[in-house]
Amino acid sequence: MSALPALFLREWRVARRIGGSGAMGVVFFLTLVAIVPFAVGPDPNLLARIGPAILWIAALLATLLCLDRLFQADAEDGSLDLFHLAETPLELAVLVKCAAHWAATGLPLILAAPFLGLMLQQERMALVGVVATLLVGTPALTLIGAIGAAATVTVRRGGLLMALLVLPLTIPVLIFGVSAAEAASGGTVPFYAPFAILCAITLAALALCPFAAAAALRYLGE
Amino acid sequence: MSFLSTYANPTRFLRFAEGALPWLSGATLLLLAIGLYGAFTAPPDYQQGETVRIMYIHVPSAWIAIFAYVVMTSASLGVLVWRHPLADAAQKTAANLGAAFTFICLVTGSLWGKPMWGTFWVWDARLTSMLVLFLLYLGLIAVRQTMDDTPRGARIAAIMTLVGAIDIPIIKYSVDWWNTLHQPASVFRIGGPSISGSMLWPLIIMTLAGTLLFLTLHVMAIRNEILRRRLARLSMQAVRAGEPAGDESMEPAK
Repeated sequence: MSALPALFLREWRVARRIGGSGAMGVVFFLTLVAIVPFAVGPDPNLLARIGPAILWIAALLATLLCLDRLFQADAEDGSLDLFHLAETPLELAVLVKCAAHWAATGLPLILAAPFLGLMLQQERMALVGVVATLLVGTPALTLIGAIGAAATVTVRRGGLLMALLVLPLTIPVLIFGVSAAEAASGGTVPFYAPFAILCAITLAALALCPFAAAAALRYLGE
Repeated sequence: MSFLSTYANPTRFLRFAEGALPWLSGATLLLLAIGLYGAFTAPPDYQQGETVRIMYIHVPSAWIAIFAYVVMTSASLGVLVWRHPLADAAQKTAANLGAAFTFICLVTGSLWGKPMWGTFWVWDARLTSMLVLFLLYLGLIAVRQTMDDTPRGARIAAIMTLVGAIDIPIIKYSVDWWNTLHQPASVFRIGGPSISGSMLWPLIIMTLAGTLLFLTLHVMAIRNEILRRRLARLSMQAVRAGEPAGDESMEPAK
């Protein structure tokens, strides 16, 4: 079982050293959040109201854009074939790759979210809500996106195609993530109901998505 | 299973299509005529007035939109399990038809929504899940356009079809799970339909006609897809043999 920690470390190092996908994701996140006030106007009340939604959309897009190379680099240099041949199940390798990817790109987004939330006039409880929902919800985005990344692994410039395929599937995560984040800062809905559903979606994605992504890699690898 | 393996041969399928298409299109026309006659002579609704007639297009197209996805899902299983080129053609063509019928459903729904709800669009659970279905169809069509006719493209489309199938039960039960603007199920429900018989029978006939229309168009589309692929193969062979490709004798049947 020491293969999986080794794989995690490898993915982590590659993500940190090459292309800096984590840092780039955060910069993209910042840019997206900075664009919105130009579009909707800098009215503090409006920004305070739609802030959680902006942060969630920006996190969704940043996660997706970083994901398109999840399996492509491995397919190009042949390590994907080694995953196929290895004794460790491909599903576990996919899961570990997703975990490393989330640690390298998802976590920085979540760490940056409170500061961007301050720029969007968020109250303290709203900030806690956004960070908590992002912490629970972004793994689901990474895992669902992994299916798309696996399916488009052989497509040249598959990034847009992947986003087209994956975005409709991420709508439930977005719905419950934003409604829980908004409920945290007051509102008619209690915080725990959408938050519990968000947790359930992430757990279901954790259980199902590695199998779907590994199946996609197997079918396409033949 | 023996039926499947018999008709899963493209040449046999072409023969089957030749024999079945006149009957299928004839039955479709007949049922459409009866259904449309019924739809125009059915009594107007006591609340909605004449606009209720939009239902006779809206409900069948919504049903076909979902039916097409179910057909596509089973074809995808055929692609992944049996690797059959015919299943591939069925999946590819059902996506186009399904997208068209979903579009009709969304447009008629919003035309019906304006006089009844006072708005063309609300972010109601049923409407949103239908829109997601439309996006899924468009994504699958985009896969096909990017990947041409490679077996790999067929497999990507099949896998994404199976993943997207999760939307189908969500559409079906959206009106039960979320109590929003779209009315709950009124035909297939416990305790019998809540629509009056005079409106129910044209609706059922129109739904049958729509299903037959979809099957007719689907068989035609699969036939054209088979012929198109044969033509592509023939012109490749002609090019290799040094002949000029694409002379008139090899035009596909419309």
